[in-house]
Amino acid sequence: MSDLSYSSSFYEFLKLNQGGLPIKNNKMEQIVHGTTIVAVAFAGGVVMAGDRRATMGNYVAQNDIEKVFPADDFSAIGIAGSAGIAIELVKLFQVELEHYEKIEGMPLSVEGKANRLSVLLRGNLGLALEGLAALPLYAAYDPKRESGRVFSYDITGGRYEEHDYFAVGSGSLFARASLKKMFEPDQDSNFAIKIALESIYDAAEEDSATAGPDMARNIYPVVVKVDEKGFEKIEQSQLTATLNKILAGRKNRPDGPIARHS
Amino acid sequence: MSVPFYVSPEQLTRDRADFARKGISRGKSVVVLQSSEGIILVADNPSKALHKVSEIYDRIAFAAVGKYNEFENLRVSGIRFSDMRGYSYDRSDVSARSLANAYAQTMGAAFTDALKPLEVEIVVTQLGEKISEDEIYRLTFDGSLADEHGFVAIGGQADEINQMLGQSWKSSLDFSGALKIAVEALTNQANADQEFDALNLEVAVLDRKKSGRTFRRLTVEQTDKLIKKS
Repeated sequence: MSDLSYSSSFYEFLKLNQGGLPIKNNKMEQIVHGTTIVAVAFAGGVVMAGDRRATMGNYVAQNDIEKVFPADDFSAIGIAGSAGIAIELVKLFQVELEHYEKIEGMPLSVEGKANRLSVLLRGNLGLALEGLAALPLYAAYDPKRESGRVFSYDITGGRYEEHDYFAVGSGSLFARASLKKMFEPDQDSNFAIKIALESIYDAAEEDSATAGPDMARNIYPVVVKVDEKGFEKIEQSQLTATLNKILAGRKNRPDGPIARHS
Repeated sequence: MSVPFYVSPEQLTRDRADFARKGISRGKSVVVLQSSEGIILVADNPSKALHKVSEIYDRIAFAAVGKYNEFENLRVSGIRFSDMRGYSYDRSDVSARSLANAYAQTMGAAFTDALKPLEVEIVVTQLGEKISEDEIYRLTFDGSLADEHGFVAIGGQADEINQMLGQSWKSSLDFSGALKIAVEALTNQANADQEFDALNLEVAVLDRKKSGRTFRRLTVEQTDKLIKKS
């Protein structure tokens, strides 16, 4: 209780006590994996969405898992990879940001937050090399720039700022290709939500570990928005309306909207 | 060889207690009150940077008077203690009671073992779902722990303020009402001829309407508006 020398990092403190992320497991085939996460910037903020499927080898382990979370009041984290590690990493990152904010009396800068996530990831490098990797996508509202920002990572903790849109996970290539054709700058959040859902739909068609919307069970991708008002999870009712439009469009053209030529 | 001068344990304890009490009585006061809307913490503190009340966890807040460096250290330890617990178990497993116990151990040990006792008095409070489930713990420099109900004042004029609040506090008060009686009590004691300005107040609340992190600081404008609301 009376340790005088302190830093504001919860993670540093945890390492002294527990030695970092407390996970050890080698049985790869029993590990649950998460899949496609996308982030799309719009004017004044950023939208993040993630599908709901978790797989264990060939099997669907869970059909309603959530992989997109609030990191703090003004940022969101989505995560692909080994679910156990991923969820633990998110939990640690959330405490890391909150801990700093409480001790210092003010939140970290967006760069500061993105850098802390790098450090946490690097702490998992050993396990990642053994195959237990988790890769986050980080989206934050930057009050200094009054815009949304997106950061991607590699397993060594490398941090890369992305522009406009990005995707991670097994279906990310398909989602990214889809977003590439649909993205338009300076649109509103509804547009960003729509193309994020379209891109997950496209990814689900090509990648067996990504699920599309399950209209029968009302299990939709998790969609969140971060802007000057803070973090907000998009309501089921709004998602239903948008998804119904997407599905109606795909009845006419199953491959989705056609990219316009000019 | 010189023989150390004998001091009886009674004398030693009394001297240490007097020393700590003297340090605390020089400082300004802090009031913590329950209200229908939540718990409100009001400090007579003109500084906007050096806080006397702060957030510990989702539903737990901390208030302190005395030496800044000493209670700041306790505050940081409290945040670490709570975040560690919440991370290892679950957020719902962090309680003011266990935190108050940990503080009592630290302060008690400092009182008997350290070169000098801590010159601080602190309050740890936890917001309940209903006003009857709120918890307020008051810790003194020697580690003694008291469970308070309704309101508590700590610091220089604690006794007088507690007496005044005893007459004006009701469980039906909202934030505005509770702030008003807190300011009245602080004004009468601090300096009778000086009008209390929102600028000299540090006010924070644990808001019953919020979920997750319920702690919220009030700006000078918000405080002013709340005092003037009738």
